[in-house]
Amino acid sequence: MSADSGPAAVSTRQGHASPAQPVSRADLFAYTMRLGDDALVYSARMAEWIAAAPQLEEDVALGNIALDLLGQARTLLTYAGHVEGAGRNEDTLAYMRDERDFVNAQIVELPIGDFGFTVARMLVVSAYQYELYTALTDSTDETLAAIAAKAVKEVDYHRDHATQWTLRLGDGTPESHERMQRGLAELDPYVGELFERDELVQRLVEQEVAVDPGALRDPVLRYVDSVLAEATVARPATDVHHRGGRDGVHTEHLGYLLAEMQYLARSHPGASW
Amino acid sequence: MSAAVEWPLWEVFVRARRGLSHVHVGSLHAPDAAMAVRNARDLYTRRQEGVSIWVVPAATITASSPDEKDAFFDPAADKVYRHPTFYTVPDGVKHL
Repeated sequence: MSADSGPAAVSTRQGHASPAQPVSRADLFAYTMRLGDDALVYSARMAEWIAAAPQLEEDVALGNIALDLLGQARTLLTYAGHVEGAGRNEDTLAYMRDERDFVNAQIVELPIGDFGFTVARMLVVSAYQYELYTALTDSTDETLAAIAAKAVKEVDYHRDHATQWTLRLGDGTPESHERMQRGLAELDPYVGELFERDELVQRLVEQEVAVDPGALRDPVLRYVDSVLAEATVARPATDVHHRGGRDGVHTEHLGYLLAEMQYLARSHPGASW
Repeated sequence: MSAAVEWPLWEVFVRARRGLSHVHVGSLHAPDAAMAVRNARDLYTRRQEGVSIWVVPAATITASSPDEKDAFFDPAADKVYRHPTFYTVPDGVKHL
């Protein structure tokens, strides 16, 4: 981008084609919050498996994944607060916003369900995050590109873990097959939202800051379907299609999640240890 | 998921870095070998402990019996000539 960008713009990596307009801070903040909220809320859900997984080993595996996601959320929210320039840090953004201010996709806020649902969601979301972060490493925004470069190795492992379990559940016992299939059915209405593009994303895509979610659909679903085919299950074709998370419209489940996550920080503001 | 059927036990060996041998670090449960390697990654290499992992079904390991300890190991005790302690190590030879 041009060197004479005003205070409302953010410097980006040199060497890329100059976008027509400087990147607006408000746009970059909003986009980074979407990425951050996806990671934060999904991390909270995944962490619910700690001490509740089918086996001790799986407990640690899911806990590791939750911590990876939490780490991504922290860097993304910290960066968002920095971009916004209003003095909000990662904690303020995580704990002091209400439900309508969260802009995560609804798929990550759904309850953990049974292990079959958890694996189904992990497969789709990690496949999505893998393609997203891979593409985001080319962002003209240096910080987002750096965060993505670190995150892509983590979600690569999450995707592998989900793949391994999908194969074992889908092609396992009649009950595990049934649960895997049911998990996919419950998940399906929430998958499409991941690939939606609105005006904000459109602007940032043109400025080569954001990744076009629509372009991720094919590679993500191709990967998911290839795993499902090997696992002898299939993605059901549903007509139901939920959306709204990016605009702060959520399922009834997010409020309970936030109540638990934010309780301590709000009861004891500024508490430290 | 029914916990009635316990997953088999696997012994885990981790190589800390290139040039060193794999060292036994512990054991874990996993449904199969592929999952055992992944579980080992999560349980035993979280803090960059290794660059390579082996897993071995614990059931396939044949071990010496504690009851045979005397017959197995004690006879070596008084054969000091088996130790390379009667050589003069030249100056400059390290790691011997």
